[in-house]
Amino acid sequence: MAKITLKDLSHSYLKTQSSDADWAVRDVNIDWEDGGAYALLGPSGCGKTTLLNIISGLINPTKGDILFDDKMVSNLNPVERNIAQIFQFPVIYDTMTVYDNLAFPLKNRKIEEDKIKAKVHEIAEMLELSSTLNNRASGLTADGKQKISLGRGLVRSDVNAIMFDEPLTVIDPHLKWILRSKLKELHQKINRTMIYVTHDQTEALTFADQVVVMHEGQIVQTGTPVDLFEKPKHTFVGYFIGSPGMNLLPCEFKGGDVMLNGKKIETHTKVKSNNFSKTEIGVRPEFINFSSEGIPVKVLSVSNTGRHKIVDTQSQSGKIKMIAKTSEDIPSGSAFLSFKKEYTYAYGDDWIIE
Amino acid sequence: MNKTINQKAWFFVIPVFVLVAFNAIIPLMTVVNYAFQETFGNNVFMWEGTRWFKQIMLSERFHASLGRQFLFTFIILFIQIPLGIAIALTMPKEGIGVPICLVLMSMPLLIPWNVVGAMWNIFALPDIGFLGYSLNALGFDYNFTQQIGDAWFTTILMDVWHWTSLVVLLSYAGLQSIQPAYYQAAEIDGASRWAVFTKIELPKMKKVLTIAILLRFMDSFMIYTEPFVLTGGGPGNATAFLSIDLVKMALGQFDLGPAAAMSLIYFFIVLLVCWVFYTLMMRNEGNQ
Repeated sequence: MAKITLKDLSHSYLKTQSSDADWAVRDVNIDWEDGGAYALLGPSGCGKTTLLNIISGLINPTKGDILFDDKMVSNLNPVERNIAQIFQFPVIYDTMTVYDNLAFPLKNRKIEEDKIKAKVHEIAEMLELSSTLNNRASGLTADGKQKISLGRGLVRSDVNAIMFDEPLTVIDPHLKWILRSKLKELHQKINRTMIYVTHDQTEALTFADQVVVMHEGQIVQTGTPVDLFEKPKHTFVGYFIGSPGMNLLPCEFKGGDVMLNGKKIETHTKVKSNNFSKTEIGVRPEFINFSSEGIPVKVLSVSNTGRHKIVDTQSQSGKIKMIAKTSEDIPSGSAFLSFKKEYTYAYGDDWIIE
Repeated sequence: MNKTINQKAWFFVIPVFVLVAFNAIIPLMTVVNYAFQETFGNNVFMWEGTRWFKQIMLSERFHASLGRQFLFTFIILFIQIPLGIAIALTMPKEGIGVPICLVLMSMPLLIPWNVVGAMWNIFALPDIGFLGYSLNALGFDYNFTQQIGDAWFTTILMDVWHWTSLVVLLSYAGLQSIQPAYYQAAEIDGASRWAVFTKIELPKMKKVLTIAILLRFMDSFMIYTEPFVLTGGGPGNATAFLSIDLVKMALGQFDLGPAAAMSLIYFFIVLLVCWVFYTLMMRNEGNQ
C-alpha cells in the first residue's frame, strides 16, 4: 500500500516528437492517495491506458518519474512494483481450474501451500466463486472470468494498487451493475488504492471518490463528481461530463467583462487578462432559466425525457440547450434566457478563468 | 426452425457428386476390384476373395515397411513439432523482420518434391556434394548410398528441412493471435518464461498444433517422391517406406492383386490414425 506520485510524466510511442499530438501522455503531475477510489475518465485514445500501463510498469515512460511513497520505482518491473491490473477482456489461464488461476500469482511468488489455500478460499468467498473453484476456468461466463481476473489481483494482500482497464466492456449490461457495486463494496472492505479507467461517465461517477479527466494526453481536471459538474476547469470536462454537456458560446472579453453578442454577461469571476486566441462562455443546461429579459433566443424544439425537458434554442451566438422542469411551460417562438451567475464561467483557450 | 422440403435441391449436389465420383470413388473401386481378384491381362479376372489381404497381413515384407514407415513418421514428428514451435517463438513479432522471416520460412515449402529429392541427392553425394564431401573431409565416414544409418539420417534431415517451416508458420499464426493482455497479465502475476509458454502460449496454440500434427502425420506417412529420388528406397530396402514398397510391388513386380490389397490396408491405417487422433483432440475440447 502506498501513495503513488507521477511527476512530470510524458510518454510518446514515436522515436522523435515534433508537436503536442505526438505525445500519448504529456506533462502529467498527480498524486494518487493511498486507499483512494479513482476513476480515470476520457474518450478513447486520450492516453488513459498508456498512463495505467506506465503506473504498473508495463510501459517505460519517455520522461518523468513514478514514485511509490516518495520512493523511485521508475526502473522497477511490474512484479517489483507489486501492482494488480485487470484488463478490458478477461484474462484467464485456460487449462487451469478456477482455484489454480487464483493461486497462480501466489505460487509464482513461492508462498507456502497452506497460506495460498486460505487466501484463495477467502477471495473466492468474497467474489462468490467458491462453488466453481474446481471447475475449469475456461468454462465460465464472461463475468465469471472477469471475477477470476479480479481475484488474481486480490489474492496478493500486499499490492500497492489495483488498476482496472475498462473491466466491464465485455460484461452483459445487467451484470455490469452488479459487478460495479461489487467493486465499490470491495473497495470499502479492503481499502486498497483502486484506479478505474473508463470512457463511461456513469461508471466513473458512480465508482470513484475522485475522478481524473484526461483529454489528448493531459489531465485536465481532478475532483469529486460534484466538482466536475459544478465547476469544469476545462471546456472538455464541461461537454464530456453531463447529459447534455455544457453550453459553450464564443464571446469577447472587454475590460474585465464578458460580452456575448455585445451584451454583458455576469460570470463567476472577473476576467483580468485578454491574451487568448479563443474565448468562450460556458454554462450548463441545468443553470439556465427562461426570464423576461436576457439573451434573446428562438425555441427550436423540446424533448421530454420523463425526468425533465431538454429545450433546444437558437441564439445569435449559437445553439443553447437548457433543462426545464417537466411541469414548466415552455414559451414557443421568441424568448429570453438568463444564466445563473455563480455557475457561469469564462474560458480562455479552453481553460477556466479564475 | 421449419425446414422447407424441396427435393429439387438434390439437383445442385450433382456436380460435386460427379466430381467426387470421378476423382475418388471410381479409381478407388478399381483398386477394390483388383484387391479381390487375380488377372493375367486381357480383362480376364478370377475371384480370389480375401487371399491377397491375408497374404499382405502375414507378409514380413509388409511388416518391415510398415515398421519403417511408423519409425520415420515418429522421428520427423518428434523433431519437427518442437523445432517448429521453437523457431516460431524466436521469430520477431513486428517490424521489417516479420516479412523477411515469413518469406525465408516459406521457401522450402514452395519447392517441388522431386526437386527437393534431387537437390538433397546432389548435396549429400559423398564425393562431390557439399554435405557429403564436408562430412567426409571432417573425418566422418559418410555415404548415404551405402550405409543404412547415413541413408536414414539424410532422409530425415531432408524432410526436416522441407517441412519444419509448415509447423513454424502455423505456430507463428497461433502465437500472433494471442492478445498482448495475456502477456501483460502474466508479467503482473509474476509468471516465469516457462510458465508463460506452458500456461498461455501452448494452450492457445493447441488448435493450430493439432492441424500441424495431423498434416505432418499424413504427409510423412504417405511420403514417396523425396526418398524415391534421394535413395530409391535403398540401400537394399532400408528406406523403402510404405508407398515406395507399394509402387515396387505394383509396377516393379506387377503383382496387382497384393498391391491393391496393400493400398486398401494402407488407406485404412491412415484413415484410422487420423480419426483416432482427431477424436482424442476433439474430446479434450469438449471437456473444457
